[in-house]
Amino acid sequence: MELTGAEIAIRCLQEEGVEYIFGYPGGAVLHIYDALFEQDKVKHILVRHEQAAVHAADGYARSSEKVGVALVTSGPGLTNAVTGIATAYMDSIPLVIISGQVPTYAIGEDAFQEVDAVGITRPCVKHNYLVKDVKDIATTIKKAFYLAKSGRPGPVLVDIPKDISNNKTEFDYPSSVSIRSYNPVGKGEIEQVKRAAKLLLEAKRPMVYSGGGVVLSGAASQLTELVRMLGFPCTNTLMGLGGYPATDKQFLGMPGMHGTYEACMAMQHCDVLIAIGARFDDRVVGNVEHFAQVPRKIIHIDIDPSSIAKRVKVDVPVVGDLKLVLEQLLVEFRNIKRKPNAKDLAAWWKQIDEWRVKGGGLRYKNSTEIIKPQFVIEKLYEITGGDAFVTSDVGQHQMWAAQYYKFNKPRRWINSGGLGTMGFGLPAAMGVQLINPGATVACVTGEGSIQMNIQELSTCKQFHLPIKLLSLNNRYLGMVRQWQEFFHGNRYSESYMDALPDFVKLAESYGHIGIRIDKPSDVEPAIKEAFSRKDDLVFMDFQTDPTENVFPMVPGGKGLSEVILSEDL
Amino acid sequence: MRHIISLLMENEAGALSRVAGLFSARGYNIESLVVAPTEDPTLSRMTIVTSGSDAVIEQINKQLNKLIDVAAVMDLSEGEHLERELMLVKVSALGQDREELKLMTDIFRGRIIDVSDKTYIIELTGTGHKLDSFLQAIDHGLILETVRTGASGIGRGGRILKL
Ligand SMILES: Cc1ncc(C[n+]2csc(CCOP(=O)(O)OP(=O)(O)O)c2C)c(N)n1
Ligand SMILES: [Mg+2]
Repeated sequence: MELTGAEIAIRCLQEEGVEYIFGYPGGAVLHIYDALFEQDKVKHILVRHEQAAVHAADGYARSSEKVGVALVTSGPGLTNAVTGIATAYMDSIPLVIISGQVPTYAIGEDAFQEVDAVGITRPCVKHNYLVKDVKDIATTIKKAFYLAKSGRPGPVLVDIPKDISNNKTEFDYPSSVSIRSYNPVGKGEIEQVKRAAKLLLEAKRPMVYSGGGVVLSGAASQLTELVRMLGFPCTNTLMGLGGYPATDKQFLGMPGMHGTYEACMAMQHCDVLIAIGARFDDRVVGNVEHFAQVPRKIIHIDIDPSSIAKRVKVDVPVVGDLKLVLEQLLVEFRNIKRKPNAKDLAAWWKQIDEWRVKGGGLRYKNSTEIIKPQFVIEKLYEITGGDAFVTSDVGQHQMWAAQYYKFNKPRRWINSGGLGTMGFGLPAAMGVQLINPGATVACVTGEGSIQMNIQELSTCKQFHLPIKLLSLNNRYLGMVRQWQEFFHGNRYSESYMDALPDFVKLAESYGHIGIRIDKPSDVEPAIKEAFSRKDDLVFMDFQTDPTENVFPMVPGGKGLSEVILSEDL
Repeated sequence: MRHIISLLMENEAGALSRVAGLFSARGYNIESLVVAPTEDPTLSRMTIVTSGSDAVIEQINKQLNKLIDVAAVMDLSEGEHLERELMLVKVSALGQDREELKLMTDIFRGRIIDVSDKTYIIELTGTGHKLDSFLQAIDHGLILETVRTGASGIGRGGRILKL
């Protein structure tokens, strides 16, 4: 039987086992919405802005190992989605975005709601397609899913012109596809693995630096086993939090701009650094020239060769899927049966412990007068037993959440690391809650960020998503204010958030519960109350100290050992 | 350093802009870029002349390989290879200049492929360096137009770029 392109597209999603898609209708996708209407396997979540559709699909993917799917119309639908696509691209999140396009015969004529979707998204997708024949829809969607999740994952866009979605052909979903010009790697080269193992055993001051790749590849248990077997110190980047349990004594905290003193110092002063699915981002190693001043050997394991030796020189590159490479390394260590030199390692741990003391741990001066934002996160951690999914927006609140919530499991910490997209937190939480029904989902946000996608409170109402929002309301674009305080002579240019809405009333008007919390003593009861309401979305508006800054801090362009500690402690 | 990179890619709409976009987005130099289909019409072969530090060239090779449409990449400058570029030059050819230009063309092993009462079109193939030398050797004032294809390259002997 012949099906329309639109019906085929939906059948493809069914074949891929897609349970939810996030989208927003419009002229160019009306046939596809028609096909959606005729079935109930693929459930559609109607967002209130296309950016949120992509972020929701993204949160869905990050928290579940699945491919997230978004559906948007042509023109403004697609351009609204671009921020979401770029966000996913920077963090290597597997998404398939289906966009409508004007009919093929109108392409290039500046038709109503026409944009060059393939052109606009080219630099921020893993790959994209414009489908020009209904016969190509099924294979193109199959390829899109394959590309999105294999190798280094990423978003793939499929642009379908309106006439193509209405033309008919036989439906035949290929059971597999291969793309001759695309061959993602599996295991690492064994010689390289052996060299890495040897170097690690010779190290006097070893350091394990793991990133988002560990989470994406599902390699957290292999990483944990390796680090414990070797007895080495380990740090997780902002994207890698949860890859190694944060409460473990071998964990040094996060490195980088707002990392712990000990993680920064150990990164700087180690003699062998093994980078695992991390990319020496400028927010992690700071100034690369400063970083290179200390001689150290670097082993870099990554699935993407272009991530290796991009910013720093690498001595032992290993290209492969982290999970498989770490398994190879584990086998190698079991075979050689040698242990790292215990004396050297003990001396190194002694040094690290001294740094731990000098850094003083993550700390802040609590107050009985005014709510300290860090205190809110500590309470959130306690009350949720460290087991919530935590999404965040971008700013100071994001850093405090990353610092003070101890993630022991991967895929629990969901944030926009690479692009730093304000407005990510709430829609991402929607995706997380849908794929993890019954789970505790918290969104840590700021009064600035939340207003970038606050309309999604309406989506949450419609689809009964009992997310708990914790807004650390400092009345400032706090991270901007902090930089202005430190580097721009206290000139707070446009960083004060004037004319804020009454967030409690706003939440209520969307049909949710709002709580305003002014006093430190009310923090704990409010969070308890909110999380006890299993079926409700609760918006907690914490009036926090507007002057609080994030510490430690490695200022932009500085080296890791130039980290500034909290000045008033 | 100057590098000449050859690649095979799917002969699909948009493949060229993926390569060109990569170079501009990441701030890499393009001195020239030549592309045309191969004996297999589903594949195009591209030759790119670029320059940069060793680290930049390494990244360029890796980033090109990462493009889904790119099937194979070879940095020709890493081994023995040949380069050729085609140039067409239209010159003003009057009186004494006609003889002079004919002579130069012969010396450079070029050909005059079009003759009018006032002009010649000279065809010349060779390395970019040879083409530059020719332009320097003739009277600059006589040049009316030059068209150059940019370099194409191929590995020597057993160095073969094929799927
Ligand atoms: C879409 C977007 N625009 C601008 C920025 C720059 N920026 C980074 S943090 C920040 C302030 C965020 O303010 P808020 O959400 O209140 O968080 P706070 O830092 O106060 O905790 C801004 C404007 C950004 N990251 N994303
Ligand atoms: Mg704020």
